[in-house]
Amino acid sequence: MRGRKLLLVMLAVILLAALPLTACKKAGQGEEFVFGVILVGPYNDHGWSEAHYNAGKYVEQHVPGTRMVYLDKLNPADRKGTTLEQVVDDMVADGAKIIFTTSDDFAADTDVVAAKYPDLPFVHISGDHAKTGKAPKNVANYMGQMEYGKAIAGCAAALKTQTKTIGYLGPLVNDETRRLAASAYLGARYCYSKYRGGDPNELRFIVTWIGFWFNIPGVTLDPTEVANDLFNSGVDVLLSGIDTTEAIVVAGQRADKGEKVWAIPYDYENACDVKPEVCLGTPYFNWGPAYVRYVEAVRNGKFKQEWVWDPPYWKDINDHDKSPVGFKMGPALTDAEKKQVEEYIKDLGSGKAKLFVGPLNLQDGTPYLKAGEEAKPDQIWYLPQLLQGMEGASK
Amino acid sequence: MTWRARLTQIGVALAPIGLTLVMTMFILLLAGADPFEAYGNILSGAFESPKKIADIAVAMVPLLLCSAGMLVTFAAGLWNIGVEGQMIAGALMTTWLVESLTAPAGVILPLSVVAGLIGGALWGLLVGLIRTYGGVNEIFAGLGMNFVASALTNYLIFGPWRPPDGATMSGTDPFPPSAWMPLLGTTRASLVSILLSVIALVGVWLVLRGTYWGLKLRAIGRNIRAAQRLGVSTHRNMILAFIVCGALAGLAGSLQTTAVYRRLIPQISGGYGYLSQLVVLLSGLRAEWVPLVVFFFSAVQVGSPRLELRMQLDSSMGGILQAGIVLFFLLVRGFRERWRAPERPKEE
Repeated sequence: MRGRKLLLVMLAVILLAALPLTACKKAGQGEEFVFGVILVGPYNDHGWSEAHYNAGKYVEQHVPGTRMVYLDKLNPADRKGTTLEQVVDDMVADGAKIIFTTSDDFAADTDVVAAKYPDLPFVHISGDHAKTGKAPKNVANYMGQMEYGKAIAGCAAALKTQTKTIGYLGPLVNDETRRLAASAYLGARYCYSKYRGGDPNELRFIVTWIGFWFNIPGVTLDPTEVANDLFNSGVDVLLSGIDTTEAIVVAGQRADKGEKVWAIPYDYENACDVKPEVCLGTPYFNWGPAYVRYVEAVRNGKFKQEWVWDPPYWKDINDHDKSPVGFKMGPALTDAEKKQVEEYIKDLGSGKAKLFVGPLNLQDGTPYLKAGEEAKPDQIWYLPQLLQGMEGASK
Repeated sequence: MTWRARLTQIGVALAPIGLTLVMTMFILLLAGADPFEAYGNILSGAFESPKKIADIAVAMVPLLLCSAGMLVTFAAGLWNIGVEGQMIAGALMTTWLVESLTAPAGVILPLSVVAGLIGGALWGLLVGLIRTYGGVNEIFAGLGMNFVASALTNYLIFGPWRPPDGATMSGTDPFPPSAWMPLLGTTRASLVSILLSVIALVGVWLVLRGTYWGLKLRAIGRNIRAAQRLGVSTHRNMILAFIVCGALAGLAGSLQTTAVYRRLIPQISGGYGYLSQLVVLLSGLRAEWVPLVVFFFSAVQVGSPRLELRMQLDSSMGGILQAGIVLFFLLVRGFRERWRAPERPKEE
């Protein structure tokens, strides 16, 4: 067995011999500003994570002298044994001066790591611990007001539906997903009555939650099956609330068999490309401008704890330098429908059309807003149930 | 030994490393990266600071424990691929304890270790029973039980143990601080974990080498029928081997929850169980070589995320390095045996 011994000794020798190689790194970095971005999914997922990766690229282009370090797929399925803390340690070793943690799932870990690095600013996307006081002082929260994007999506769905039945492929149930599904519902009702002259109460809106942001076999419901079930039960427009593309894929398959069905994907601007002929449009995030603001704040020593829920830039919600959320029209909308959607966007921006305005009841009939009453931001952020008239679980 | 045989041996020892480096170099060049920069980044990522070295120790603990367990089952000629599930079972048992018992650290931490041992031992026992009395090959039994354990984890994380804010992939809510293994200074390494893993490995080494039970296990491993004829109770001892291996793997899982993640996460076993099979294989089933192989695997694992941060390379390059070494080690050994066979046909 001497051969084996030798092998191992050699391994050790090689490891040690190569050590000095590493000493000569780190020179010539200049006055570079490094920022870290931690992604939960693949950087090229055509969804949530890619939108954040693109934001990092946007910062590099628009703020001279900046460089992104990123790590994607930080989730227990893809990267066993790697913790947020280790990644942040590595990024700090690389000189990162601010860290963006871009998943709801990172909320608790961000707090822990931020407490360990009290002088390093963190931006946690989509959480509210900066607002509730759970987070240390160096954590800010940022989120775009996707409620409007979802309302516009709901509007497009209501303009198109023939069966008067809209489906919503939901992820897990929490404050965020409840208020987004409710926003789509409200947008649908508004446009159904205004542009099609129908009674919004005859519109069905069915939400099915799969149990997580994406399919985990054996744990969540299979989104492909759920999508098919929804179409089988009379839905002809399916909105996606999950990270992956099942809604538009299934709609495309059924359209290929001659059914008249459509879909509205989510998160990523070019998600319609999966199957343009069934796509009514995509509500998407545009994180770049916010990233630039935070990077510049840190550079100027002006970073502070805050909780931001950023509204669209109403003059042009698709302005990539200004609007945190947008809506890209899909090829399956007719020109007339596109005009109506555009008008709805304009009215939302001017305040002529309001989203969360009474009379509205919660799903179980509890009054939520009196007639004419507008919801305060907290009432929307922490929407406790779905709304009356929506079908599907509230918890 | 002639100089020629000695040269052959050195060649055989070096060949897998050389071949792996050549292969990864080729892959890195294809990816448009500088291979030496990549190797340098792995090394600096693993060794540049005391904290990094502590991280290596953190990664070594579960590998040492699982490998120690595997040595026991391998000695009895059993391929216990179920370590992965046994690790999970230990983690589940520990989490159950922490979720249901509020007590000071001095009580809960020792109990958590015991819970881990018991959980893993139970899972090992099941595989052992299926193997001996069910007559199902332990590989299938183990894989099946791995699947059950991970499905159970997912169910618990997305069901009864989900945090009040809603289930997430990041697992249960963090344990209360009383259930956190103390860590060394500002590092992530826990002295208790390190000591337990060292004790486990030394213990297994002693047992296999110097006890009657160790001898019986090896007898079963060499020739199960002969052992039976000599009056060794094969079923009982095989089941016992599974229990011991399971207990050690369960301890590894338990420490992952109390010392590393401080909560239960999906895939708490992190593939360490499967990796430990390779460790034991590369060590030639010998306890004394396990630490070095474990050290190598852990260093590569700790160092390789740096590839992505610094060079935009996928950090699975680290996995390719590990796998390459194993693959070429087996290939070289296979070729050597083949090439030797006609020369010295009577040796074995």
